Amino acid sequence: MPALAWVAVGIIVITSAGLLIVRDWRTSIILLAVQYLAMFILLLSHLPLGMASVKVVAGWMSSAILGMTRSDLKADDADETLWPRGRLFRLFAAGMVGMIVMGATPTANDIMANAGMAVTAGGLLLVGLGLLHLGITSQILRVTQGLLTVIAGFEIIYSAVESSALVVALLAVINLGLALVGSYLMIASQPRESETL
Amino acid sequence: MTATAPAIWIILPISIGAFLLFIRNARAVSIIGGSLAVLLALSAQFIPIESALRFGNLSLKIDTSITVLGRVLLIEPAEGSLLALIYAGAALWFFGSLAASHSVRVVSMGFIITGLMVAALSVQPFLYAALFIEMAILIAIPMLTSIYAPPGKGIVRFLIYQTLAMPFILLAGWLLAGVEASPGDLALAAQSASVLGLGFAFLLAIFPLYNWIPMLMEEASPFTVGFLLWILPTITIIFGAGFLDRYSWIRSSPQLALALQTAGLLMVATGGLWAAFQRHLGRIMAFGAIAETGFSILALSLDSKLGIPILFLLIPARTLTLALWSLALTIIKENSEAMRFGSTRGILRITPFAATGIVLATLSTGAFPLLASFPARLALWENLSRASLGAGLWMGVGIAGLLMSAFRSLAVVAMADEYTSWKPKENPTQRVMLTLGMIGLFILGVFPQVAQFFLSELPLMFEHLGR
Repeated sequence: MPALAWVAVGIIVITSAGLLIVRDWRTSIILLAVQYLAMFILLLSHLPLGMASVKVVAGWMSSAILGMTRSDLKADDADETLWPRGRLFRLFAAGMVGMIVMGATPTANDIMANAGMAVTAGGLLLVGLGLLHLGITSQILRVTQGLLTVIAGFEIIYSAVESSALVVALLAVINLGLALVGSYLMIASQPRESETL
Repeated sequence: MTATAPAIWIILPISIGAFLLFIRNARAVSIIGGSLAVLLALSAQFIPIESALRFGNLSLKIDTSITVLGRVLLIEPAEGSLLALIYAGAALWFFGSLAASHSVRVVSMGFIITGLMVAALSVQPFLYAALFIEMAILIAIPMLTSIYAPPGKGIVRFLIYQTLAMPFILLAGWLLAGVEASPGDLALAAQSASVLGLGFAFLLAIFPLYNWIPMLMEEASPFTVGFLLWILPTITIIFGAGFLDRYSWIRSSPQLALALQTAGLLMVATGGLWAAFQRHLGRIMAFGAIAETGFSILALSLDSKLGIPILFLLIPARTLTLALWSLALTIIKENSEAMRFGSTRGILRITPFAATGIVLATLSTGAFPLLASFPARLALWENLSRASLGAGLWMGVGIAGLLMSAFRSLAVVAMADEYTSWKPKENPTQRVMLTLGMIGLFILGVFPQVAQFFLSELPLMFEHLGR
């Protein structure tokens, strides 16, 4: 099981760094869904299978909501000229976050009732890279993915100390709500043709 | 016959809000929503919780709690007045939407948000409140923006900042329980206090995390933003006071008063100063609302015997001032190209009631005598100056900035070209609503004791604070 947990951390490194780098929305949705699978593996360390499944299903549903909404929209031409766009820069920033997480994991693990190094590292990585994602984008889809990533990381860490059914249910509702709000904002931000035409 | 308090003041309002979403007639929605909110406020004030009421052969008893998924929603008998205050405030906005066109979503979604915020105050363990607040934030997004208009950056920042608060508050709640178990662990205490502080800094939009508020005021309907700027900080402050009430080590920490005082002064001083130099009526209201939250935080920084009654005294004034301000701004926005000074020059001759309402609301926020906020501000200023003269001076700087913004607004709205005739465009409903709001500002300012009917019992909801 610990080996599997470290495999999940490896998947998280790939998916969350991938989310920062990829520009194709389809790939980013797939990465988000895979990220929830890794999250599920880490959650199994502290939660029963049923509760962990609720989280992963909510995460997959959120990914599906975002993907289905985005597939109905025209190509987003909004150019984020304000933000650094280079992949190398983003990889470098992700590397910096990774180093900070490596340094902070032992202390955070002690604080979080010895949740497990893999669980803590996976959670912190998601929180850190999600925050980085939020800091370098203003596109609605990417902002939503960033928020979902941060919350996924938090859920992994929090599962070590809290396994209440109400919290699991409310966090699932919040994940789905975030995806719905993201979809709403994506539809709203879509340029419209003149109705008089 | 028995009912439960959470069913009446949480589940019922959320259901009413969901039902109102399907009614298309805006006027009917406002009237039904406002009336039901008044009914909920009156029932909260006058129907005792957990004691039987007899009507002939019938007996009605309202229980305090219901259990949801193993956790409890609990409304204590002492919280009746607070519920009355919340629903009375919501009724102001719901009736006000009669006069504010395109704001009908405030009623339906406002009901759902109010229900969720009440749930946030009543859930046990109380740290789960962060989850209900986050759900309210998510509901607020479609209320703020139309699906037919691109969302601005303010809305996205609002979503990000408020969402980031939730993990911090939840983690802080768990860490605080650890501190209670081992009170000697100073490192853990410092960590939990820092996490808690960060959570509330995001939630209350404490300096410098408030940049979304002015942006939102420019992008969205002032009436809708006003509702959120009223309900979110008001409930969050009471939720924060609950943290202080529960954990004695935080309450007795000398650093807490200093941290709250610094945060409050930063918000009052920067809010006031920034407001003084704005050239946009909406942004002035945004900074006024920021300063309002600062005043509430300053009240929490005082000795709780003095601070808690002042905190509750600030709430009715804040409610009425923001309601009037946001309604007046909405009406001005309808009648001018934009809310910038250049576009609203001389608007007094087109929307005399709304322009007067804006000036009075700004003056009230700036503690102008005879207006609603004056008694609470005066009490706060006096006690703050006793605690620290420097803090009193900084509060004065903030108030001076707010007053300056009021006089600048007055100059702009009154500055019409020569021989411009008066052409009032407000409809009768708008005039009546604005006049009632302005009269209310004077009544609360001249007779502050009228609010005591609601406020006198409120400190009883805390076990330690205010005692």
